[in-house]
Amino acid sequence: MIRDIGWRIAVSITVRLTRARIALLALLFTASAAAKEADRVVLVADSRRFTGWEAWWANLYDDSRFYFALLTILIIPGLGLLLAKLTDLLLARLGINLRSRVVSER
Amino acid sequence: MDWLHIWMPIANVPIAWPGLVILGLGVGMISGFFGMGGGWMMTPGLNILGFPMAFAVGTGVTQMAGSSLVSARRHAHFGNVDYKLGMIMILGAICGFEPGAQIVMWLERQGKVDRYVQDGYVVLLSLIAWLVFTDLSRKKSKEREALTSGRAAASVSGGIEWHKTLHKIKVPPMIEFHKAGVRCSLWLPVAVSFLTGLMAGILGIGGGVICMPALIYLIGCPTHVAVGTDLFQVTVSVLYGAASYSYKGRTELLAAIIMLTGAAIGGQIGAIATKYVRGYGIRVFFGVAVVGCAVSIVLKLIPVGNPAFRAFLDDTAAILILGLVGALALYIFLQFLRGVRQERAARAAVAAV
Repeated sequence: MIRDIGWRIAVSITVRLTRARIALLALLFTASAAAKEADRVVLVADSRRFTGWEAWWANLYDDSRFYFALLTILIIPGLGLLLAKLTDLLLARLGINLRSRVVSER
Repeated sequence: MDWLHIWMPIANVPIAWPGLVILGLGVGMISGFFGMGGGWMMTPGLNILGFPMAFAVGTGVTQMAGSSLVSARRHAHFGNVDYKLGMIMILGAICGFEPGAQIVMWLERQGKVDRYVQDGYVVLLSLIAWLVFTDLSRKKSKEREALTSGRAAASVSGGIEWHKTLHKIKVPPMIEFHKAGVRCSLWLPVAVSFLTGLMAGILGIGGGVICMPALIYLIGCPTHVAVGTDLFQVTVSVLYGAASYSYKGRTELLAAIIMLTGAAIGGQIGAIATKYVRGYGIRVFFGVAVVGCAVSIVLKLIPVGNPAFRAFLDDTAAILILGLVGALALYIFLQFLRGVRQERAARAAVAAV
């Protein structure tokens, strides 16, 4: 009797898990279809308006979104760190301790 | 006044660069002070300056990847970042983000995504604001009780202390976070970060506004460590967001760089200002920021048939957000100035002795 109930529970769990997996696959398929739909909207930068690095940047945008994204996520943190270092030089002139705090919760 | 405008090579729109610097400076200060990316302030700000909405979101996220790094670095110098906790929060949030995004896809198929997400946003922000102000009011009443019973007000630990109940769950493995001064089951930060990631995935935000109060009220971090650790987590999550939006072609790097020049200074000022403000002071103004954010979303949600009135409400919401950014940035800057003056005076006094 107990074995039978255990078996039924196991079957029920397996059925539910299979359903969940099918639902998840359906979700992933829909997500990928939606992403493909979004990709059909093509944005183009008009590089004719620019010269120098701006024209190069606009061309890169049109040629390869991968390299455009890669450069963006390399430039922004790198520049952030550089600017932070420069700001440190300015803040050091304030004459305050920039390495520790004493103030507490209350 | 052409020199005040720069033509953006990707978005193909002219933008006033001083507006970008001021927006970066203001949001940078708030981000460094409260430990959140500030997307809810940045996006409407960029939209008002002239960016189409998709570019406003993408450019804002990209700029945040730099500005949150600047602020997190400063907080790390102050010892406000618990890296172990931060790494767990990042992993949990990543695992939670995707199911959240899948829920949005499901809601989209049901045709209910806009309403549910916006309602969810309002409910969540209201809950956070309630949490912050209830915590403050309970702490005040505990302090009053302590004073009447002859004890020092400083002996009162805090208002809302849900983390103490959660720390009683001793499911192994137990883990110790030294900077945060917390010892708990590993599953607690894993569960909290998964849930914050899930909410962030549903609402489409970096998660700082959820993660900061979660670290305080559920994990039990001191406010300063919550701010620093949250910024560390936000830095990683917005970098992913920046990559995603750039790949979709919705990022204007030139605008992000211009904003970053302001944010590099603002972020440092915000982080340094936390040196001079006690933890509960930060919590109160965080609550004010959250209330402002919630009100601006409610204004956008009010169903209005008249398009002119709709435009008026949208403008009011944008003005409210920018006014709030201005007021909070001014408050943080004044705290920074006051603190610097006091510290310099104290140092001069020590040197004189």
